[in-house]
Amino acid sequence: MYQQEQPILTVKSLNKRFGHGCLNCQGVQKEKLVGNYCPFCQTVYACQNISLEIYPAEILGVVGESGSGKSTLLRCLYFDQDISSGEGYIQGYKDGLVNIFNETSQQKRYIRNHLFGMVYQNPYLGLRMNFSSVGNIAEKLIGAGSRNVDFMAGRARELLKKVNIPDYRMKEAPENFSGGMQQRVQIAKALSNNPPILLLDEVTTGLDLSVQANVLDLIKRIQRDLKISMIVVSHDLGVIRMLADRTIVMLNGRIIEQGLTDQVLEDPQHAYTQQLVYSLL
Amino acid sequence: MSKYNFAFFDEGSKREIRRATLKAIAIPGYQVPFASREMPIARGWGTGGLQLTLSLVGTDDVIKVIDQGTDESVNAVNIKKLIKITTGIKETEKTAEATIIQSRHRIPETELREDQIIVLQVPLPEPLRIIEPSEYVTKRLHADQEYSGIWLMLFEQIMQHGRMATGADHPVLVNDRYVMAPSPIPRFDNPKMHCSKALILLGAGREKKIYAVPPYTKVQSLAFEDYPFEVEDMSARVCRLCGAKGIFMDELIDEETQEKYYQCNDVSYCLERLNNENDD
Repeated sequence: MYQQEQPILTVKSLNKRFGHGCLNCQGVQKEKLVGNYCPFCQTVYACQNISLEIYPAEILGVVGESGSGKSTLLRCLYFDQDISSGEGYIQGYKDGLVNIFNETSQQKRYIRNHLFGMVYQNPYLGLRMNFSSVGNIAEKLIGAGSRNVDFMAGRARELLKKVNIPDYRMKEAPENFSGGMQQRVQIAKALSNNPPILLLDEVTTGLDLSVQANVLDLIKRIQRDLKISMIVVSHDLGVIRMLADRTIVMLNGRIIEQGLTDQVLEDPQHAYTQQLVYSLL
Repeated sequence: MSKYNFAFFDEGSKREIRRATLKAIAIPGYQVPFASREMPIARGWGTGGLQLTLSLVGTDDVIKVIDQGTDESVNAVNIKKLIKITTGIKETEKTAEATIIQSRHRIPETELREDQIIVLQVPLPEPLRIIEPSEYVTKRLHADQEYSGIWLMLFEQIMQHGRMATGADHPVLVNDRYVMAPSPIPRFDNPKMHCSKALILLGAGREKKIYAVPPYTKVQSLAFEDYPFEVEDMSARVCRLCGAKGIFMDELIDEETQEKYYQCNDVSYCLERLNNENDD
């Protein structure tokens, strides 16, 4: 029964603000924000009261205009940034009873290395550009505790083959690669330790159409083969339509609409979503 | 030289360095920052080791200073002179006689005892520096015990060269907690740190860090399961002077015959062997 299935990742009222906040923007008078910005103390409310659940092998799409807090949400989940408040639970981590955001930074590293994979929009954030591609993948495996060179090199080759990096370029550094290839190396790296949850931040933005199709195809195939849950952040509705089972629409740091992808795209309820969908068509 | 306090430093400076040293001993492998003093020799020429030595030295101590195996190189001689002039203590070349041994890039061949202290000079105390330039970040990586970067560096060496290619300064894990740069000693000397009877102190004057390996502490050289740590192979080398085997050798070329020959790198060890031969 679908309803009895446990979510693999649960996030409850996550908040992230940049700045200290003031009397104007905190507490009762929150409506005085301009978008997600407080004009008095210059505080930016990047994520406000975000709650979401992801189920095993599900792809959750997150759309919204730039500055709506999509990337910040992912970075908070991957512990690249500390959150201001909120809770998060992972099914495979301490039986889903411990708030991951309250863990020590050592434990957070463990979660990052064992339970998450992350693909950044900018490959420079996710890869060590002057280390070999094989080494880049090994880094994630080393982080997850592997100390066997043959195993790691073998796994790296297997994954790079899966993402169509030719054999003779595997020992080359990603700085010599094209953007599309770098992105594929990043995906291979994120997959290396079989994470149950994969976070994808604008993976296809800036790639040309044929490469885009390639990468999307790859993601779809991975999801089908490995049953990985994913959060896909994109401002491209085409990507979301193709990949996501469910979709969240964000505006000014808040979730304004969510539902099945088809439902959200075919019958948008919120004025902003309507505008977004029709501007595409 | 009555113008100077005993052992060059004022007592306050010595106390500060000793406090850092005590902390370093209490947390094996952890780099303790200290206020590296201005010295009469330039930073990067052994000031870290010298400051440790001067803070430790008492009137009963016997000092030995070696520079890459030799007691008589310019550096070793000058450091020894400074210590002698400002303290008036005895100096020695025999490893067994010394109570404090200050060394650059070698641990003596003669096994050290519990009543001895070895002070190593360190140019780069941070093993993670090659992969992370920021001190702010490396401190956090140590705190999180996040050492995948240094492992990755070794992994890359195996990918490129088929083996770990660290010439000297092969990183070690101390007491199952901190990864530490053992100072640029050859890999050959790394096993001597493991459960050493003598206290090992490491000082970096330019980088302003002191760290330590207390006696009988576990020191493991980093290595992969299928690529174990290996010391330099010295098995086929015999010292031309004293006939010693199985210790760290220098490779030299005879200028007349252009032939390769080997000689003990630890000169005082070689000399002792030669002297004992004459006695027999």
